[in-house]
Amino acid sequence: MAAKKLNIKDKYRLLTRDLDWDFSYEDRKQAFPYEEFEGIKITDWNKWEDPFRLTMDSYWKYQAEKEKKLYAIFDAFSQNNGHLNVVDSRYVNALKLFLTGVSPLEYQAYQGFAHVGRQFGGVGARVACQMQSLDELRHVQTQIHAMSHYNKFFDGFQEFSHMHDRVWYLSVPRSFFCDARSAGPFEFMVAIGFSFEYVLTNLLFVPFMSGAAHNGDMATVTFGFSAQSDEARHMTLGLEVIKFLLEQHEDNVPIVQKWIDKWFWRGTRLLTIVAMMMDYMLPNKVMSWKEAWEVYFEEAGGALFKDLARYGIRMPKYAETIEKEKEHISHQAWWTFYTHGHAAGFHTWIPSDKELDWLSAQYPDTFDKYYRPLWELAKEQEAKGERFYTSGLPQLCQTCQIPMLFTEMDNPNQNSMRDSVFEDERYHFCSDGCKDIFDEEPEKYVQSWLPVHQIFQGNCGGPGVEDVLSDYYKMNVGVDNMDIKGSPDEKRWNEWKGIA
Amino acid sequence: MSKVYIALQDNDESRYIVEAIEESNPDSTVIHQPAMIRIEREGRLVIERAVVEEKMGRDWDVQELHINLITLGGNVDEDDDQFVLEWKQ
Ligand SMILES: [Fe+2]
Ligand SMILES: [Fe+2]
Ligand SMILES: [Zn+2]
Repeated sequence: MAAKKLNIKDKYRLLTRDLDWDFSYEDRKQAFPYEEFEGIKITDWNKWEDPFRLTMDSYWKYQAEKEKKLYAIFDAFSQNNGHLNVVDSRYVNALKLFLTGVSPLEYQAYQGFAHVGRQFGGVGARVACQMQSLDELRHVQTQIHAMSHYNKFFDGFQEFSHMHDRVWYLSVPRSFFCDARSAGPFEFMVAIGFSFEYVLTNLLFVPFMSGAAHNGDMATVTFGFSAQSDEARHMTLGLEVIKFLLEQHEDNVPIVQKWIDKWFWRGTRLLTIVAMMMDYMLPNKVMSWKEAWEVYFEEAGGALFKDLARYGIRMPKYAETIEKEKEHISHQAWWTFYTHGHAAGFHTWIPSDKELDWLSAQYPDTFDKYYRPLWELAKEQEAKGERFYTSGLPQLCQTCQIPMLFTEMDNPNQNSMRDSVFEDERYHFCSDGCKDIFDEEPEKYVQSWLPVHQIFQGNCGGPGVEDVLSDYYKMNVGVDNMDIKGSPDEKRWNEWKGIA
Repeated sequence: MSKVYIALQDNDESRYIVEAIEESNPDSTVIHQPAMIRIEREGRLVIERAVVEEKMGRDWDVQELHINLITLGGNVDEDDDQFVLEWKQ
């Protein structure tokens, strides 16, 4: 007689829940030593729900299928010199930022989920986290594979992992994940599983990847959407964790709310880089950062928080500031990179006139008033042969590590600065959000490895900035950095395309 | 009531899934963007295995949805016969 095919629910029970065991002669608390110190109370792990009920056998089957599809496209892409189909050589700089700033986060996500996939006391949560851990490892691998093709033809891809651990602006994404991974397992899940995966990665992987397609980059849209196909599972895991914690004990509610406040603020700061990539680094525009923010944060996030209101959870703190920031941050960030273009690992440029007009149309309330005049000035200087680079090193926020580039949202002519004193030392912040996070856990954030401080302390070689860039960061100075105009990237591109 | 949404890669398989979604959820909105298709609906959206199988003309496992899925918003419930997205407020 043929064996009866199990339905999803029975299969999930047998191949997941049934893999657990009781602790008869060992102390359960010693097996899961991190489960209690954050103050979270779990009364019954059996209440854990996994709506996808994915078991390991199906997991391998579907992941293998995704990989086969993906690598077939990578092969076609490189066999057909797919890099020649991207819109222009400026576009590739968004990929350099992606590989140095984002792909290593996939690796950190892999490490983080491997850790919590061991440390949670409930078998359902452990298995889901282990699958996510494997997904994240797949993401970093496929991204490196995809970019290795660009590395053959463009500058700035060669030392992505070395740079990620050292370069001044890459400490922003790096420290974000280090902060999450050095927290307890439940805070990690609220930080990465919920805040980052459920709301914020959409902004990185959906409109930006759709933008990659729109800019002729078949490899990137393919790895992006292949990664995203795992993301729906990650998002659902994040949401289930939150609901589970809130249902387990009412004492968990204020703790979870505090983490939501912290990590949504940390996340919106981190996404400043994505805002700039969308508005300035994609030559063919799909949607503005502001519009993407409205669809994926305000609308989707709004629905989510309405759903969570029944547990006593409210919108993240600073939601009003965050709403105003969508009009400003991409412009403030790209201006900062433009003026520090000699110290970046990629090229910068003045937007074309057509792009300036697009920005004016997308940001009617802010662009012409505050930002267009800066670019008109930069154009004049460039025309005189005096392309502007700033000479100083920026002061960094102690929490998010972003240079102090943000303004007050109600007065965009005024730089935003906050400070706190801890054990007789004064620390500086870009915002109320970052100051509050520091004030909550100063012992943690005084240890931040701030790249500019490290340079001044002589820990990054030197003595000059150029020595730091070339010897400590391993940038090819004069090749990887500076304006796209006159760069070797641009020169090669023009030769390939027969542009005089 | 808030909107639930789902986005799929724009490819040959998704075309049938989108047709099935439209049939099972008459007042859903389908938005085409570069390389992707986004479908939204107030409150609830269901993908029914039987309808997808009819469109594709072959057996289809609900979990195959994962291969072409890009993102979603809403509480998920999946079993052998259907995939449901829902906001409960
Ligand atoms: Fe990932
Ligand atoms: Fe993920
Ligand atoms: Zn900050």
